[in-house]
Amino acid sequence: MHEGHAEGADCREAVERLYFFLDGELTIERRAVIQRHLDECSDCIEAYEFEVELRTAIARGCRESVPDALRLRVYNALNGEGTIGPI
Amino acid sequence: MADQATFADQAMEFMPSLYTAALRMTRNAADAEDLVQETYLKAYRAFGGFQQGTNLKAWLYKILTNTFINAYRSKKRRPEQTELDDVEDLYLYRRLGGLEAAAAGRSAEEEVLDLFTESEIKEAIEALPEQFRMAVLLADVEGFSYKEIADILDIPIGTVMSRLHRGRKALQKTLYEFGRSRGLVGDRDA
Repeated sequence: MHEGHAEGADCREAVERLYFFLDGELTIERRAVIQRHLDECSDCIEAYEFEVELRTAIARGCRESVPDALRLRVYNALNGEGTIGPI
Repeated sequence: MADQATFADQAMEFMPSLYTAALRMTRNAADAEDLVQETYLKAYRAFGGFQQGTNLKAWLYKILTNTFINAYRSKKRRPEQTELDDVEDLYLYRRLGGLEAAAAGRSAEEEVLDLFTESEIKEAIEALPEQFRMAVLLADVEGFSYKEIADILDIPIGTVMSRLHRGRKALQKTLYEFGRSRGLVGDRDA
């Protein structure tokens, strides 16, 4: 990875702000500065893409489908509280 | 004021998300189901106070996490201190970089997605200390903002950021250990 450019973000800053960027927690201005760096730095974009894919894999790996029995239990419990109408 | 009659219409769609979080928090199906049911009951009873137009999913998560913290979390608290000093930025990426050559012909995306099994990912999440686990689940699995997580967990935004930072590091370290024990990645600690 190369050191900073005359203007804009360098690799160190891009790595430091990686999660803030991916979390959507940067200001528009700061985001644009990082984006410009990513557009011209293949090392950093590769690292960013890895983190994005890892996050996708984590979210996918965690997903569970709701057992029918649980759905029914919750409806029955709510019905016991008062009328919520038919399922 | 929200009408309780509309509760089921609005709240039921979030059950898969809530159940996913409940499973990762309680680490067993029976407790997770009880937790989800209790969350819906409490939410139903409190729905009159829910401000229509605000974030219903976040509101449900707040009830879920409070219920978990008060009732289900393990009695013997595990120490939250984890050795993370040796986990640098891009920990996993820097250790798995060499796999790219080995997996020629496949895209980097396929590679990461196929690298770990679903059960390894679940296990790695569940191995996180509780405070980190909740923050990582809310951010990386559910996509809540820092502000929303701060509201759900009732902690300052700075605390959200530090738990996320440490939680993600710990998660990468655990995944790396899984990869190494399977012979997926070589020893690069030297």
